[in-house]
Amino acid sequence: MRVSLFVTCLADQLWPSAAVGTVQVLRRLGCVVEFDERQTCCGQPAFNTGYRPAARTLAQRLIEIFESSTADAIVSPSGSCTAMVHHYHQLFDDGGWRARARGVAERTHELSSFLVNRLGVEDVGASFSGRLTWHDACHGLRDLGIRTEPRRLLRRVKGAELVELPNAETCCGFGGTFSVKYPEISVAMLDEKVDAIERAGVEAVVSGDASCLMQIGGRLSRRGSPVRAVHLAEVLASTL
Amino acid sequence: MTFERDARTALADGQLRGALRHATTLFGERRRAALATVPDWEGARDRARAIKDETLAHLDRYLEEFTANAERAGAQVHWARDAAEACDIIGRIAQQRGARTVVKSKSMASEEIHLNAALARRGIEPVETDLGEYIVQLAGETPSHIVVPAIHKTKAQIAALFADKLGIALSDDVATLAAAARQALRRRFAEADLGISGVNFAVAETGTILILENEGNARLTTSLPRTHLALMGIEKVIPRFADLEVFLQLLPRSGTGQALTAYQSLLTGTKRRPEDEGPDELHIVLLDNGRSQMLASAVTRQTLACIRCGACLNACPVYRQIGGHAYGSVYPGPIGAVLTPQLLGTGRSSELPYASSLCGACRDVCPVKIDIPAVLLHLRAQAVDRGAGKRRVLERLAFWAYATVMARPRLLEWLVRAARTLRILPPLAAWTKWRDLRPLAPRSFREQWRAGLRDQRDPNA
Repeated sequence: MRVSLFVTCLADQLWPSAAVGTVQVLRRLGCVVEFDERQTCCGQPAFNTGYRPAARTLAQRLIEIFESSTADAIVSPSGSCTAMVHHYHQLFDDGGWRARARGVAERTHELSSFLVNRLGVEDVGASFSGRLTWHDACHGLRDLGIRTEPRRLLRRVKGAELVELPNAETCCGFGGTFSVKYPEISVAMLDEKVDAIERAGVEAVVSGDASCLMQIGGRLSRRGSPVRAVHLAEVLASTL
Repeated sequence: MTFERDARTALADGQLRGALRHATTLFGERRRAALATVPDWEGARDRARAIKDETLAHLDRYLEEFTANAERAGAQVHWARDAAEACDIIGRIAQQRGARTVVKSKSMASEEIHLNAALARRGIEPVETDLGEYIVQLAGETPSHIVVPAIHKTKAQIAALFADKLGIALSDDVATLAAAARQALRRRFAEADLGISGVNFAVAETGTILILENEGNARLTTSLPRTHLALMGIEKVIPRFADLEVFLQLLPRSGTGQALTAYQSLLTGTKRRPEDEGPDELHIVLLDNGRSQMLASAVTRQTLACIRCGACLNACPVYRQIGGHAYGSVYPGPIGAVLTPQLLGTGRSSELPYASSLCGACRDVCPVKIDIPAVLLHLRAQAVDRGAGKRRVLERLAFWAYATVMARPRLLEWLVRAARTLRILPPLAAWTKWRDLRPLAPRSFREQWRAGLRDQRDPNA
């Protein structure tokens, strides 16, 4: 299967190991991976702050870029950016663009969902030593309905033990510009998450979005916690 | 700005946060347990939403039908365009009946129009009879939750309040406190000339209003005084009596986690014979106050499907941290953040759509499937389009720069590389005060791709 990588700007510049891991896992499973270097940001920050013309411009760009690819699927190591592509059609009044947006959205998958639902794989041949816990990123969970997929993948990682957080499905408080617009509220939400992670006695907290990982990891490190924030793709790529 | 300040005050209040965490968690758990007893919860949500959508598509027709049937049963129906008109109508009715004391059961619409202050200005004393509302009134505060008005208070705070205001011995025994309130309120019920209630549902085909409650105070409010006045937003109407079935499954379970509230009062008109129960007069005030404007688009129209269960407040991670008062609005939480700017329009409330991380927990629990995040996004776009003040100048500039750079991948890459080389960190004190900032990776993905990742083969393949 030929896969076009939708890397996302955050993974590209801040969490490249998640993107490299995605490429490695896909290749290990026999996929041919393409990457179009024209891609940048999906426009979500503008869309979520109310700047729709800017979001529309970037949406049109990304739609054109992925339309030019004949890959069987577009795969992203981000539930949030995948969800944004799935929302693209709302940005357009014009029926033509709406249809094009829907066309690209249909081919665009979040990594764990692609592996489990599209490739039908749960054991990706990864190994990782230690106790892990999973943080459900909101848009993957609630916009895309991804709940069991990452857990099924993590349970099949050799040497890893998956521990559930009582508040796994509660927002970490990132919320894009929300995290800097209302930092105190954002951090109050975050501390409930980080408290639970620390109580869980894990070596790493795993999630499917670099944005949540920046938020959770940034607080863990500020609190001097030994727990690492790790992207799902990094765990799945790991063979020790 | 006020939201920000009030939220900060709330976050510093340990008692408030303890009370909120306890209560919202409890209501969340009760709700989950209660909805497990409904065989097809999703189906019930869909049916309820379809009924609301049908009603809102023909709201004028259903309101006319309701009015005709309510009047046929002996009620007098009044239409109020806005808060001032509603207060005026109610104030006049109270004055014409020589009312000195008015007993009130729970009504968010009456909070919305600030009825208590309007009555007080006419020399009429309004007495809240719902226990939570009574506590809030004694404390000189406003409700901080649409179903649990005193959710922000601990038992110890209520004990101190009752000792101070009711002159009872300090006790944090719930039964003792409830008994003290009951005793104080019974006297007020007996002397009241007018009872004012809210409305949960108004049935167009019969002219019936339905009021749900747990304390029996609404039943006393609507039957003991000679005159009963019910205040309702125009969106409360539903077409058929049979439609109540689905809403009665959804509302108590979503609101308090009950299969059914302790009391359901179905009131149709006034009493016919002297030996009947109920008031001599029934007035129903239909309140618009900005609602008909929400009908204009499909996105905003869904706000009017709300049945005021409060489930979105309990589920909201922002509300759970800061409580209701920080929103500075009668309707707090996610539904308040979409309702208030649409009802009030300008000023402080234009910040409210941003008071959310867009996590979507509200949408998941909403019994009528209101897509609150979509409405929040719509209102954010509206706030940007309308320019809401000078403070947006920098933000506009930032998003213009962002869109310009993001449309030019090579410029973006050059800028990132320059920032990396010169170790330029974004001025993000709002982030770095509490969180470490993840630095730019030494080599971006695209650099690694070009440097060889593109041509690598899987070693195991």
